[in-house]
Amino acid sequence: MTSSRKLLIFGGMALATLGMLYGLYYAVFVEHQTLDQMGGSLAQSFTAAASRNLGESRAALEQYGETKYDYVRQVDAHSHSIGLGMLMIVLGVIFERVSFGEGIRQFIAFSLLAGSVLFPLAIILQTYNHRALIFKALAVAGSGLVISGLAATAWGFARQRT
Amino acid sequence: MSARRLYVLGGIALIAAGMVFGDIFAVFILHQNAGQQGAALIEASRAVADRDPAAATAIFGRLGGLLEDRGTKVDAHVHLLDAGYLALFLALVQPFIALSQPTKKAMARLFLMGGILLPLGIFLIHYMGLAYSPFAVIGWASVLADSAGALLIVVLLAQVWGFLKYLQKRERTEPELPADDSMPGRALLSGGTVLVLLGFLHGAYYAGALLYQHERMETTILERMIGVASEGNLTAATAEVASFGNLAGARAVNIAAHSHIIEFGLLAMLLSFLQPYVFLSEKWKWRWVKVLLGGSVILPVFVLLELPVGLLAGGIADLGGLMVIIGLIGMLVGILRYTGHLDAAAEGAR
Repeated sequence: MTSSRKLLIFGGMALATLGMLYGLYYAVFVEHQTLDQMGGSLAQSFTAAASRNLGESRAALEQYGETKYDYVRQVDAHSHSIGLGMLMIVLGVIFERVSFGEGIRQFIAFSLLAGSVLFPLAIILQTYNHRALIFKALAVAGSGLVISGLAATAWGFARQRT
Repeated sequence: MSARRLYVLGGIALIAAGMVFGDIFAVFILHQNAGQQGAALIEASRAVADRDPAAATAIFGRLGGLLEDRGTKVDAHVHLLDAGYLALFLALVQPFIALSQPTKKAMARLFLMGGILLPLGIFLIHYMGLAYSPFAVIGWASVLADSAGALLIVVLLAQVWGFLKYLQKRERTEPELPADDSMPGRALLSGGTVLVLLGFLHGAYYAGALLYQHERMETTILERMIGVASEGNLTAATAEVASFGNLAGARAVNIAAHSHIIEFGLLAMLLSFLQPYVFLSEKWKWRWVKVLLGGSVILPVFVLLELPVGLLAGGIADLGGLMVIIGLIGMLVGILRYTGHLDAAAEGAR
């Protein structure tokens, strides 16, 4: 088995396992509390407005927005790490059909795996600082690495047939 | 039956079940649930206008139930599909897992058990609630789902362990699936790669151009809704509820299109490897491939068109989902007809 295939299969299995472990941790210790907090904040904003306490209503609404921002990213990190892990495994199985030299295949495999790790990591980091541009830039870089790696893989498949 | 075949049959059955469940959910629950959410928000606005905090609290209790009903069904659908995909991936990598055949079979059975119990547990969360639960926020259905998730993790860790052992010995435990160079196999592989790439590009566009805008709009609309309701302007509040519904719809269709096109792409790629297991004539294989790939394009495209076109596009999208299910079941029938000669080769290799 070539190094590029090993990198993709092992990396994909590890990434999918990490994504599942994160999902299990999140479901047991965080999700229910987060959903309660999200629903509670939204209810509080309407209840406070009904009592004509508009300051408290606005604060509760901001809390709802912040909690939902985190929730969306936590779920996204879980689903994207498993999804990208599965893509790495499937590409690993057929990577010898990518019609480039092993050096280039290793480069593409590294790009795919690095992007697949970086993207969900950057999404999670965004929950620690909502305004930090660096984490958004990291997510863009991660997705860019995966997309360009996948485009190169597709090109490699096409080259074989011509 | 070998572990590989257990993963193949179980994986395709899980995916088909997940898709049927998703189609039933989309047709009979999704839109009705969204309508009930809108109605609840209008009632909440009326409670704000009437200065009735108790009514607002009661309405949000009901709204929470509606959101849980929808959320757990979406999660059950997604987890059924993902467990199925993972089963197919594991079928592919079995030659590189250096574990004994009985251990591999036991792992495959445990994986399929976890793959069924995890979505079942998620589905039951809404109906069982916290009945007889000793925990403050986690009910027995959640415990079932989490335990099943842990089971899947254990199996996956065992596979990683088996792969590490393979890397030390470099001996395959069974032959790889024979390379399939048929027209249906090539169409599935290249079509699947293009679908995944398109899904990634759409996801990048959505994240860059719309995600943050939608997140800002949500709190802005809610703030306006509460503001006008406080002034007693229920007509304006109802208009804001409609805007909120449109925004939720825009987010939902974009996320659904993104996830479905990638999942169908991955499915097509996986099925390209499994073509040697599909015991059908080339003509019939090719028919199922066309039906599956056609549905894989129709569903995400018409899901995106639901906003400008309306329910007609939603109906066509559901039809696309049905095409994928039919193509998948057609291939499953072919796999069930398969006589086991590849497994026999695996036995011979040992």
